[in-house]
Amino acid sequence: MNETLIPVIGVVTDIRIDTPDVKTFRVVTPEGKKPFEHLPGQCAMVSIPGVGEAMFSITSSPTNQEFMEFSIKKCGCLTEWLHAMEVGQQVTVRGPYGNAFPVETELRGKDLLFIAGGIGLAPLRSVINYCRHYRENYGTIDIVYGSRSKEDLVDYREIIEEWMTSEGVKVHLTIDREQEGWDGHVGFVPNYVKELTPDVKKTVLVCGPPIMIKFTLAALKELGFTEEQVYTTMELRMKCGVGKCGRCNIGSKYVCKDGPVFRYDKLGELPDEY
Amino acid sequence: MVNVRPADLFPAIAKLQKLYVPDGSQVSGTELHKPFKEWKADRDAPCERVRTPKDFFFPQTENLMEFKREGKTIEIVDTRRETEDFVIFGVRACDVRSFSILDKVFLADPVDTYYKNRREHATIISWACSPESMRETCFCHTFGIDCADPEGDVAAWFDGERFYFEAKTEKGTQLLDSIKDVLTACDEEPVWDLKTAIYQAKKELPLADLTTEGFTPDKMMEYFSSEKWGELSEACIGCGTCTFVCPTCQCYDIRDFDTGHGIKRFRCWDSCMYSDFTKMAHGNPRVSQLERFRQRFMHKLVYFPANNDGEFGCVGCGRCLAKCPISMNIVKVMKALKEDDKT
Repeated sequence: MNETLIPVIGVVTDIRIDTPDVKTFRVVTPEGKKPFEHLPGQCAMVSIPGVGEAMFSITSSPTNQEFMEFSIKKCGCLTEWLHAMEVGQQVTVRGPYGNAFPVETELRGKDLLFIAGGIGLAPLRSVINYCRHYRENYGTIDIVYGSRSKEDLVDYREIIEEWMTSEGVKVHLTIDREQEGWDGHVGFVPNYVKELTPDVKKTVLVCGPPIMIKFTLAALKELGFTEEQVYTTMELRMKCGVGKCGRCNIGSKYVCKDGPVFRYDKLGELPDEY
Repeated sequence: MVNVRPADLFPAIAKLQKLYVPDGSQVSGTELHKPFKEWKADRDAPCERVRTPKDFFFPQTENLMEFKREGKTIEIVDTRRETEDFVIFGVRACDVRSFSILDKVFLADPVDTYYKNRREHATIISWACSPESMRETCFCHTFGIDCADPEGDVAAWFDGERFYFEAKTEKGTQLLDSIKDVLTACDEEPVWDLKTAIYQAKKELPLADLTTEGFTPDKMMEYFSSEKWGELSEACIGCGTCTFVCPTCQCYDIRDFDTGHGIKRFRCWDSCMYSDFTKMAHGNPRVSQLERFRQRFMHKLVYFPANNDGEFGCVGCGRCLAKCPISMNIVKVMKALKEDDKT
């Protein structure tokens, strides 16, 4: 009988340096295939046996049939090890875990506003590329993305070369502080969102550091958006990925199983412990 | 109904399957059940012991798998093995119920195959309490558990000389059938007398009146926001004893251990009472002991029932009441929250 805790082998076939502390790892099976199918917003457990195992969002789009990608920020024991890897290194992966952004139901036909801060772009990239792939199923796509500096923008090349040149996609980049060689917007994401005065009919997908999400939500409310229009994806500590180990429990929900994607009005029904 | 003398019963089962019985010793920290050698336990052995029989299905530590790492390659070794059939004799009603609570977690999709393997190979012979085995910390009745008529594959009553058996499941019927040579058919009357005495004694328990009234899923935010949590958790030292002696606590950790010849990935019990439990690189959503304390009780009394058709995550065994170093416990929490509710 299959055991969800037992992973499969993944081979790292490409490592892209995104920022000084973020790298994107391309992973396939030893046979060269995508490890498993997933939906936009779902996560996977990645591990180096003997070092640790942790949950990461799958940043590649489900429409990509060749490989799976993870954008990982260096911030702990396991991620430091992952950052030191070379191409050809094997890791273990298991999943997919969690629910997904409702791309085929609630988001279908809607004008979409993606708001991301820093590494928070990782889970949204999967959705953005999914929606770009099935372009005719969605309305306009606006992406507001901010980071500390120009160097800290994840997926910068893809943003410039693919997203910005896509029909019906508008990208609004911002960085926290003035910087030489940057003639774009400067300022925090929540303020930028207010300045952009987006149409309140849009459906919003937001992900970033907790403090950014908090202020972004306040900004959206000020603009007239309701909680029913806003989706976010959460991160809590996880060990099993299937709602049994107890770590990611908030109220009657488990983030690994019932999340990580929550609509804001639903999140409001849960204790504020995230 | 059938009955049998202990001297005939245990060797008969032990001949067929691995048999675990209460060992009769009162040494703190030892297992409640040991492989059968000789029958020493008496009818009045207390319900509440430090260890719970949860170890049979969800052991304190267990190896999940192994890895071999060489250069850039990794090999995964599936170390799972089919367990042999075994019988656990003498599980009290509260602990029997804890198995069905653990089932709701580990047998829910996706099934935990480590747990399922052991659970499927086990036959449970429960054991009705006696007036003397009950403790003032007992409150199984609060959760609708009848310690005079316990669940399990076979229910057992003991009158001091003979065990009386009633099969409750197909597995139980099979077990009794396999030892039918030592069993004697009898009428139920002696068991009625035993039950009457148990019900009488239960009425006298200090917690006889404790109910779960008011603990419904719609109270989640109200109880979560109660101002009582500060006072209730104030003295909690976060030792995690309550979670380790709890027959229904099921939170676990997964870690790797490098043996020098390979890497073992094991799981072990963990506790929501510990600060590390939810600690992440970017911070900790439960910053103080108040939040951790609240999580444990909210989970047992509100969150778990909300997900499991109203079944509570407590069986009233009383272990945490007996063992908490600061004498704080779920009963005090229930009373305090209900008090809050009235005002």
